[in-house]
Amino acid sequence: MSALRSKAMRPWWLLSPALVTITLLVVVPMSLILIYSFYINIDLGVDRPAFSFENWSELFTDSYYHVAIWKTFRLSVIVTVLAALLGYIPAYFIANTTYKHKWLLLLLLILPFWVSFIIRTLSWIHIMGNQGAINGMLLWLGVIDEPLQMMFNEFAVIVGFIHVFLPYMILNVYVSLEGVDRNLVPAARTLGCSPWQAFREVTLPLSLPGLAAGSLLVFVLTAGSYVTPLILGGPNDFLYGNLIYDAILSELNWPMGATLSFTLLVLLGLVVVLYSRIMGMNQLYKAFG
Amino acid sequence: MGWNLIRLYAVAVYIFMFAPVAVVLLLAFNSSQFGGFPIEGFSLQWFEKLYENEAIVRAFKTSFVLGIGTAILATTIGILASLALVRYRFPGKAWITTFLISPVLVPETVLAVGLLLFLRWLSMPRSFALLLIGHTIIALPFVVLVVQARLVGIRKDYEEAALSLGANPLQTFFQITLPLLMPAVFAGALFAFTISFDNITATIFWRPAGSETVPTQIFGMLRNSVSPEINALGFVMIVITVGVPLMAGGLARYFTRKKR
Repeated sequence: MSALRSKAMRPWWLLSPALVTITLLVVVPMSLILIYSFYINIDLGVDRPAFSFENWSELFTDSYYHVAIWKTFRLSVIVTVLAALLGYIPAYFIANTTYKHKWLLLLLLILPFWVSFIIRTLSWIHIMGNQGAINGMLLWLGVIDEPLQMMFNEFAVIVGFIHVFLPYMILNVYVSLEGVDRNLVPAARTLGCSPWQAFREVTLPLSLPGLAAGSLLVFVLTAGSYVTPLILGGPNDFLYGNLIYDAILSELNWPMGATLSFTLLVLLGLVVVLYSRIMGMNQLYKAFG
Repeated sequence: MGWNLIRLYAVAVYIFMFAPVAVVLLLAFNSSQFGGFPIEGFSLQWFEKLYENEAIVRAFKTSFVLGIGTAILATTIGILASLALVRYRFPGKAWITTFLISPVLVPETVLAVGLLLFLRWLSMPRSFALLLIGHTIIALPFVVLVVQARLVGIRKDYEEAALSLGANPLQTFFQITLPLLMPAVFAGALFAFTISFDNITATIFWRPAGSETVPTQIFGMLRNSVSPEINALGFVMIVITVGVPLMAGGLARYFTRKKR
């Protein structure tokens, strides 16, 4: 009996370090964020335990925060839609190509994950900045006399985000396209579909789970960022994450920082719950296999 | 016709993904005093400057120790958890899997603030240990995902054979399971190292005063323009985070082919 029990316990022993780590260092801190959001800020880095709705009422009434939420939502939607449009066709190409070095195309897709995020982001200054490749080329060709201002605005931030998150989209769409039965499209064609119809009626619906998983990742990653706007944006291109950064690291207003963080967690949590209700969570894991 | 357009589009997207990075690699060798175009000549001086810059060398050391520490912690915890998830049946498995993966979906900013508040609550100052623990949490779900995928491919028969031939469970683990696991261990460790080495979002919150990792050092050096030193630093970082896994993958392929 005890031997049987010890065998049944074994997976729990193996799991315990991971479970303890995540409970202690993720779940407990998240609860602390909620508790701290009711504290009162007194001065720089000084606060008092309390049960006050001051921070929450500030968040709900001050339009500064609403603008940031709206801006973040809008920008995340733009980035997600553009990433889907840009990413679907390459994924389709990789899944259907007869090129014999397909592994190379896949490797090139994984490669960006290994290239430093900050390097990939700042590299756009070399492309679109005043001394960047585009301006250099146009000046040299004599098309323009003065460099075009393409940097440190919302456009640059969007380009930076798409550049960094596009591989997530392509990989997810590719994985679901790869899973589509190869006989379905020829079958649709023999039944009289045009190639475009076959794509629209067969391939596209079957690849939607991958497109949805990729979109979720891109949306959540964009909406939680603050570094990209700091590097590529102007003074007005801040996201919700920048408010958290300011509250915690500049103003040392911990209770407000906690309130803002908890709100971000809940808002993005809602997006994830909505997604998992519709799609389930399995597709999200597939891209890593 | 249609297919050619698709191919052209795919190639264009690949260029979009790689051209900016290629430009950084190229500009690292530019002799100009400015970080951008035009290219004036070939020079290795920026690499020399890099080596002489104490702050950068220190940041590299910090990043390395942090990355290796994260790889060891996250891989150890992750392998044990993955073994349980792949090898055993137990109630609530789907829930546990979701729980272990869920930190991926928590924005890093929120993870960072949470851990900082936890520290504040314990009245502890920011330290290297905070960075190490924090990076481990960020890397852990990815390690679990990657290792799990590798583990599914390893058959259980070998272990059962060893057990039936009289090896005890511990012997079986170290002599049979672990060697078979090595590719998964390696993949997980490499992934964890890269995640830690590259992290900036949470690191900016967690770093102790006066301590920098390579990404936060670069972030601090950026002032509307990119200095040539940053290009050289980018070159070195890319060589490490891309070159090492590629070489490891290549070597692994070479050896498995040789064995056959």
